[in-house]
Amino acid sequence: MRYSAFSLVRNALSGNLNWKPHWRQPQPKSHYDVIIVGGGGHGLSTAYYLAKEFGVKNVAVLEKGYLGSGNVGRNTTIVRSNYMLPGNEPFYEFSMKLWEGLEQDLNYNVMLSQRGVIMLYHSDAQRDAYVRRGNAMWMEGVAAELIEREQLKKTIPFLNYDHARYPILGGLLQRRAGTARHDAVAWGYARGADQHGVDIIEHCEVTGIRRENGVVTGVETTKGFIGCGKLALAAAGNTSRVGEMADLKLPLESHVLQAFVTEGLKPCIDHVIVYGGGHFYISQSDKGGLVFGAEIDGYSSYAQRGNLATAEHVMEEGVTMIPGLSRVRVLRAWGGVMDMSMDGSPIIDRTSIDNLYLNCGWCYGGFKATPASGYCFAHLIAKNDTHPVARALRLDRFARGYAVDEAGAGPQPNLH
Amino acid sequence: MASLITCPHCGVRPKEEFAIRGDASRGRPEPMDSDEAWHDYVYVRANPRGRTLEHWHHIAGCRRFLVVERDTETHEVYSVVDAAEFARRAAR
Ligand SMILES: Cc1cc2nc3c(=O)[nH]c(=O)nc-3n(C[C@H](O)[C@H](O)[C@H](O)COP(=O)(O)OP(=O)(O)OC[C@H]3O[C@@H](n4cnc5c(N)ncnc54)[C@H](O)[C@@H]3O)c2cc1C
Ligand SMILES: [Zn+2]
Repeated sequence: MRYSAFSLVRNALSGNLNWKPHWRQPQPKSHYDVIIVGGGGHGLSTAYYLAKEFGVKNVAVLEKGYLGSGNVGRNTTIVRSNYMLPGNEPFYEFSMKLWEGLEQDLNYNVMLSQRGVIMLYHSDAQRDAYVRRGNAMWMEGVAAELIEREQLKKTIPFLNYDHARYPILGGLLQRRAGTARHDAVAWGYARGADQHGVDIIEHCEVTGIRRENGVVTGVETTKGFIGCGKLALAAAGNTSRVGEMADLKLPLESHVLQAFVTEGLKPCIDHVIVYGGGHFYISQSDKGGLVFGAEIDGYSSYAQRGNLATAEHVMEEGVTMIPGLSRVRVLRAWGGVMDMSMDGSPIIDRTSIDNLYLNCGWCYGGFKATPASGYCFAHLIAKNDTHPVARALRLDRFARGYAVDEAGAGPQPNLH
Repeated sequence: MASLITCPHCGVRPKEEFAIRGDASRGRPEPMDSDEAWHDYVYVRANPRGRTLEHWHHIAGCRRFLVVERDTETHEVYSVVDAAEFARRAAR
């Protein structure tokens, strides 16, 4: 069913009783051309583009829980392309452009809101670093603006400009950046993939990878063995565990990142604001809740929950940046498990096994990448050839000495 | 609870006092070992779900490197030993 003003009116007049489920609930077939492990945003977008752009229709997505139970439904929904390195910026900008056409493409409201992302700076050195980042963006054709303190005060009056340790001197703004409704992104891609014939199979955990003569022939699952021509991993924080089933050794550590939502407030925060003094970021959802988070908990973790010390630290940072936050009640907090790569950038590549493909290492920035990740991964799976904007994101970059290290932190995942 | 670590020298301390260096299960290769051995050591991680050994550096305390054994799923800490003591035991 396509959504339109007409379909809305017709369904409203019939008491909203005739809406159809967004995707089928098929039983697995015995064999697929491509099986994708992981029904998160990336697995679903990969399936969608495989079927729609590259004509590979006999595809299944296997998800151990329900759709959107992973990080696609746990993140703080920020989409932006304000990266600095040439290996990253064209990729994230490709994603940004796909976001801008996504609702029309999917015929689905993912509530993309280009409200602007402002990253604050607190010292002359940090200002220089942001000028450099802005210039790097312009060199890839992406608009960036430096906002000086006085101008920023007019736009965002409620920040703590005169903090003794972290005075706010200005910010770097990307106007086209913003947020999107994360669940809707998963649902929209799922519906789109389903309409192109992809089987989405929920509550189906992959427990083993079967190989014969050095190639993958299928997967063992909680719903039995399912054969495949190609196997694609998009399992976010569990990549090491799934990879282990095929003896892959990966440059990953799993870490937990927490997020928080407050009670609903009247509109008060117009942008996404990122605190350069720490790692705090905040925006206001369309329902009015303030959505925020900060750094990872610090040690590797598979628990989908974090520790209280980090929660307190996040609150401290938030109140340092916006003193008024101290009077707002937090309603919910949760954690997501992400695979942190050794340079903080993602991996989209083939593996040492010819028909096994890898999409991982999204750290805590992979939501914005959902469209480009799916597109480039589908390109790779369909053509056995890396998409031009994902060339720098190959697995062998560590061995070759071409790490894509945005933070300049070296091979230590908890510092990215 | 991994947000509290019992340092053998300083007692119970919050995780904010530590810099966490990650995997402590493998030894450093020799300088002239193969590129593969070094690539493995620097970049590749077993990343277990369950028991793991990690280096925790008590930067805001005694400044000793510690080896912490804990569970990555439950956050339970099983043992904390000084890294030098850990190395001595491994050599035995
Ligand atoms: C708290 C938090 C905040 C974040 N904020 C942002 C942000 O503001 N902006 C941004 O760009 N990024 C953000 N991220 C990162 C982003 O959410 C992730 O990088 C991205 O969602 C990962 O891709 P995915 O959607 O496919 O992963 P997931 O949704 O996690 O999908 C992976 C799926 O694989 C499934 N799976 C795993 N193992 C198996 C198996 N054996 N068999 C079957 N299925 C399996 C899982 O159940 C899961 O559903 C944030 C992450 C967290 C945790
Ligand atoms: Zn100590």
